[in-house]
Amino acid sequence: MYKYSGYLRKDGSIGIRNYVAVIPTVGCVNEVASRIATQVDGAVPILHHQGCCQLKPDVDTVTRVLEGIGKNPNVVGVLLVSLGCEAVDTKEIEKHLKMLKPTYSICLQKLGGITKTVERGINIVQSLVSNITNTTKEVNLNSLVVGLKCGASDATSGIASNPAVGVAVDKLIENGATVIFGETTEVLGAEEVLAKRAVTAEIASGILKKIEEMEHRAKSMGVDMRGSQPTPGNIRGGLTTIEEKSLGAIIKSGTKPINGVLEYGEQPSDCGLYFMDTPGREIEVLTGLASGGCQLILFTTGVGAPQGFPLCPVIKISGNKNTCLNLKEHIDIDVSTIISGEETIIQAGERIFREILEVASGKKVKAELLGYDKNGINIDIYTKGPVI
Amino acid sequence: MQKVLIIDEEDNVAVAVQPLKKGDEVNINLKSRGKVYKLKVYESIPFGHKIALKEIKKGERVIKYGQAIGKATKNIDKGEHVHTHNVESTKGRGDLQIG
Repeated sequence: MYKYSGYLRKDGSIGIRNYVAVIPTVGCVNEVASRIATQVDGAVPILHHQGCCQLKPDVDTVTRVLEGIGKNPNVVGVLLVSLGCEAVDTKEIEKHLKMLKPTYSICLQKLGGITKTVERGINIVQSLVSNITNTTKEVNLNSLVVGLKCGASDATSGIASNPAVGVAVDKLIENGATVIFGETTEVLGAEEVLAKRAVTAEIASGILKKIEEMEHRAKSMGVDMRGSQPTPGNIRGGLTTIEEKSLGAIIKSGTKPINGVLEYGEQPSDCGLYFMDTPGREIEVLTGLASGGCQLILFTTGVGAPQGFPLCPVIKISGNKNTCLNLKEHIDIDVSTIISGEETIIQAGERIFREILEVASGKKVKAELLGYDKNGINIDIYTKGPVI
Repeated sequence: MQKVLIIDEEDNVAVAVQPLKKGDEVNINLKSRGKVYKLKVYESIPFGHKIALKEIKKGERVIKYGQAIGKATKNIDKGEHVHTHNVESTKGRGDLQIG
């Protein structure tokens, strides 16, 4: 039985990191949240550009995601920062999160400006951080939720890093863990392969519906999607069409049955493999996965992607030898051994699986060591409607 | 080390896992079926790009991972570079919509 050591939370979840999340409920107070979080070690800001002047479905999504981020097991306590006139209901989020963990909210309009709000925020966050206990517990993998992402893909993604991650994902599922993958755009052209793995006909049609909606939105712009997907970098790397990119991308979800379709940022209700409706872009995907409850994210890359996420270790895996050498400071696991013939896909997958247990037990990934994206600037929430 | 990689035995393209030069001879053994491909590289092909394993006619499906990744926009010869200049996607084509 595989185990890892994590932090047992009062709500029964297991954290693999200890952070106090400083969450602005509208983009207008990003500045405030950022200043508070940078003043206290152990606090991270979750900045974004949403929360107001949006239609109700988008406001609901933003609310679900802000709450989901607060619920993430890696979060010990939450400080919500509001302006006071935003569309998102800050008090409602506070009420829900308070049932799970220490949560406070502050409001710039009520406190009388940034200076007083920052001062008050620092006091609250400092007291939240000082109450963190570092006692760990050995636990089973059924408490672990792992997210998947691939970015800056090239032809090696589909033949080395994604198949190897697929092996690790199968092993995670066999051991009771939960895995979430998304990137709806990058399923386009591979949807039937994926739908066949759904446990029910309803879930299969749910997957197809999400992809159809995404294609419809892309087409409504009246242009060929190529140039945006695949990206110019993908094309230089040898990926010709979105179908090719998608087929290479979905291999990372392994071979196990798909247990459900999640809305963007939604948490799964049970263990197993889930598909989340997300775009392809990093900044929104990582946020959606963290809101979905992922404590850890596996990120495969071809030509090299540096991203991290403030709350979660992001493990970078590449099958491109040049990238592994040239971007050594960003890549955690080199699986170019599959292409050179030094290692099989299964051996590389098992190496990834062992690294997941290490990172879950506290080993820092390169994005964490570099503090990449710890400042919370390069993240956002995925919304589908207009800004009005 | 192998020069090209065939992912699925149904594929009509292979991936160059080393840069290929014009005139290179490539032999590929598909272990599972004992199939042997002998290719003469028609033009330089960068690392990660695709080479045609057989002749692909205009309009025919280009197969990788055992699935269609698009269709040929012109006749492609065995050993030719297969990419955006001779293959197009059939998905997300808002430019082909009428009205």
